[in-house]
Amino acid sequence: MIRAIFHHPSGRIGGGIVLVYLVLAGLGALGLTPHDPLMQYRLDRLHPPGAAYWLGTDLFGRDIASRLMVGIGQSFFVAFLSVAAAASVGTVLGLTAAWVGRLWDGVVMRSMDVLLAFPAILLALLIVAIMGPGTWTSVLAIAFVYMPIFTRVVRGPALSLKTREFVDAARTFGSSTRYILTRHLLLNIVAPLTVQVTLALAWALLTEAGLSFLGLGTQPPAPSLGLMLSDSRNLMETAPWLMIAPGVTIMIGILGFNLLGDALRDILDPKTRGGRA
Amino acid sequence: MTLLSVSGLHVGFGRDPKAGEVVRGVSFDLAAGQTLAIVGESGSGKSVTALSLNRLVDFGGGTITEGSIRLTRADGDVLEVTQADEAAMTRVRGAEIGMIFQEPMTSLNPVLTVGAQMEEAFRLHRGLAGAAARAAAKDALDRVRIPDVARRLGDYPHQLSGGMLQRVMIASVLACNPRLLIADEPTTALDVTVQAQIMALLGELKQETGMAMIFITHDIGLVAGIADRVMVMQDGRAVEQGALAEVLDHPQHDYTRHLLHAVPHFANGRAARQDGPRAGGAAAAPVLTVQDLVVRFPVKRRMFARAKGEIHAVERVSFDLVPGETLGIVGESGSGKSTAARAILGLVRSRGTLALPGADTRAGASQRPVQMVFQNPYASLNPRLTVESLLAEPVIATGHGIDDAVRARMAQLLARVDLPTNCLGRYPHEFSGGQRQRLCIARALMLNPSVVVLDEAVSALDVSVQARVLELLVDLQREFGLAYLFISHDMAVVERIAHRIAVVHAGQIVEIGDAAAVLSAPRHSYTRRLISAVPNIDRRHVRFTLDTSTVGSLLRPPGYEPPMADWVQVGPDHRARAEDTA
Repeated sequence: MIRAIFHHPSGRIGGGIVLVYLVLAGLGALGLTPHDPLMQYRLDRLHPPGAAYWLGTDLFGRDIASRLMVGIGQSFFVAFLSVAAAASVGTVLGLTAAWVGRLWDGVVMRSMDVLLAFPAILLALLIVAIMGPGTWTSVLAIAFVYMPIFTRVVRGPALSLKTREFVDAARTFGSSTRYILTRHLLLNIVAPLTVQVTLALAWALLTEAGLSFLGLGTQPPAPSLGLMLSDSRNLMETAPWLMIAPGVTIMIGILGFNLLGDALRDILDPKTRGGRA
Repeated sequence: MTLLSVSGLHVGFGRDPKAGEVVRGVSFDLAAGQTLAIVGESGSGKSVTALSLNRLVDFGGGTITEGSIRLTRADGDVLEVTQADEAAMTRVRGAEIGMIFQEPMTSLNPVLTVGAQMEEAFRLHRGLAGAAARAAAKDALDRVRIPDVARRLGDYPHQLSGGMLQRVMIASVLACNPRLLIADEPTTALDVTVQAQIMALLGELKQETGMAMIFITHDIGLVAGIADRVMVMQDGRAVEQGALAEVLDHPQHDYTRHLLHAVPHFANGRAARQDGPRAGGAAAAPVLTVQDLVVRFPVKRRMFARAKGEIHAVERVSFDLVPGETLGIVGESGSGKSTAARAILGLVRSRGTLALPGADTRAGASQRPVQMVFQNPYASLNPRLTVESLLAEPVIATGHGIDDAVRARMAQLLARVDLPTNCLGRYPHEFSGGQRQRLCIARALMLNPSVVVLDEAVSALDVSVQARVLELLVDLQREFGLAYLFISHDMAVVERIAHRIAVVHAGQIVEIGDAAAVLSAPRHSYTRRLISAVPNIDRRHVRFTLDTSTVGSLLRPPGYEPPMADWVQVGPDHRARAEDTA
């Protein structure tokens, strides 16, 4: 699987980017940053990028590179946690909607339609507005926003798998519903689900940055990519590195997840699997 | 006059067509008005050969690597098909070479009426328009004996049955008066009585129009009724060709002999098994008794949700089954035979009594005494599970864990169905169709059932594989004393394996009894119709009379109860439903 990703051209790039980000975030979490991300070097305020501060310092003299590393960790933490929550709840809802059908299917899918009717960021804003800003709120909000996509991705194939003969065969053995749902349905949906998880990570990353940018996600002084971008607005002309560093970081991160998702889709799709050795 | 001359044809697929050759050197000549039948099992290259004749193979990724195909055109010119450009081929397709395919349901556009599509064919190929096109379309449908043509022209494809659609396809191909008709398994997707009608139609049209025909089939029994010459293909080569009588009566090649031998020929009950447990007169207690089984599907009007009526899919079906016995259930698609089986397994809701007396008295009897083997071995195995997980599933379902005893049983059953015992870690896609069906049989036997329902269990397999699986089933029956409920549309196969036969028509059993008795002296008119439609290798160029009667709708108003049937006792173990003589 890992080998297949690195044989795929866009998988190599996407996988590489994600891996580098994970390493940076790991180092940031362990405190192995060039400087203390919260330390304010008052004398070196708005220091341009150079040998001492690789990506420069901000208005308070804090090291951008160190803050980015911790910020990536923060964004990844929110993205992974929220996508994990969205995927598990969405999958359970999609599977049960397809299996039970009738009223439950109607209730679940119409609720998902309502959620999908709102733009992601707007819906997230609504939830944050109700629950108050913070890291955990953004996890919850992003999870909620992306859950309907998983429900849909799972329900479609589950509906068609449900009518396959091996499911009928399982019912003639008297297999439990749980066994049929996990072994016969879920196992056959793992491929599209994996692709969806990767792509959702990219969106979650963007939504997290958006929420922080609006001051509703991670709260200062903790570093976060969106927050750093927000802080740079007024200094765009005097200190462009303040904006370029987090902006490019977000962009490349999303690109990485998207490329990885594309590669996974090709690798896991049995129709294209034959063509690639 | 030679219409088509093929010599040394090689066709390959993929990036390196030389390496991926599917047809390896096929030569034949076809005279105008002659019919050539190409017979072979799946993968023999028979369809690819046919698709090469009008170069449709190009669109499927195939390349003609060697050989020549010389087609004499209507104006007397000879066209080298292998060298012709696409523009020339477009003129040849349709106008010179017409083609009909296996699946008529997917060959017509579902959102246009049949009439519109027929008129389109005439507009494009003959330049007719308006009323002239409509009249021509009506004529063409008349020619393929579609009853009530005026009304049918306004119907959409989904309103027509498979046999009707295949007639429409034939009519639209004939619209351009092709000089050669290629029929690629045109009746494989159809019921046996419909198949007989289509075969009769093709035979009559051939005589009327004088066109040549290439008829591709896997069923050597069909060939006898229509072909002048026969070509047998195996692994991309023509292993034998010659006149019909020569090939069928004096086959030279081993493979032809094998095909003729492997195909079960219907023998009017003479080939029925005589080792039935009821033969001695004192039969054991039945292992399964089905009494008045009824399955109805409510049809709802969407908005008001009031029942519009019910589809009576299975109506008062009763039979019993003793250990070691096979009951063959025959009938056409839509007759309710599969629904009845699914009801017995509890897959659809039903009424009536199902009793399994005696099932629990045997030592080590299973908690699930009825197991099922499905038609399609590719669809009935989860592609993501290993053989071990697949075989373990019935055991896990009963709440047991996988211990050494279970593993020992897996190994024993795998050996019994002739699969390697070291294949436990492999996945279904690593096996052939026949091997998968053996795997399904082993899985059904994991719980030591007393009854196995075989729903078209050998229909999807090639004839030679089919013969071996049938042998295995008979052996397993003797060894474990299994009772089989063998559901099939193929009378010849049923004759080989069944001790008793139940004929199902429109959800009801119309005739039931000893296999030899039912097949040799059918009483009910439907049974007779079914038997007379079975293709037979000894019935050369015998025309089947066209019968266009179809099964009426099974939709009944709510609360409708059909009258009780009267039964006629025909023999000691042979009953038929009484028919209205009026």
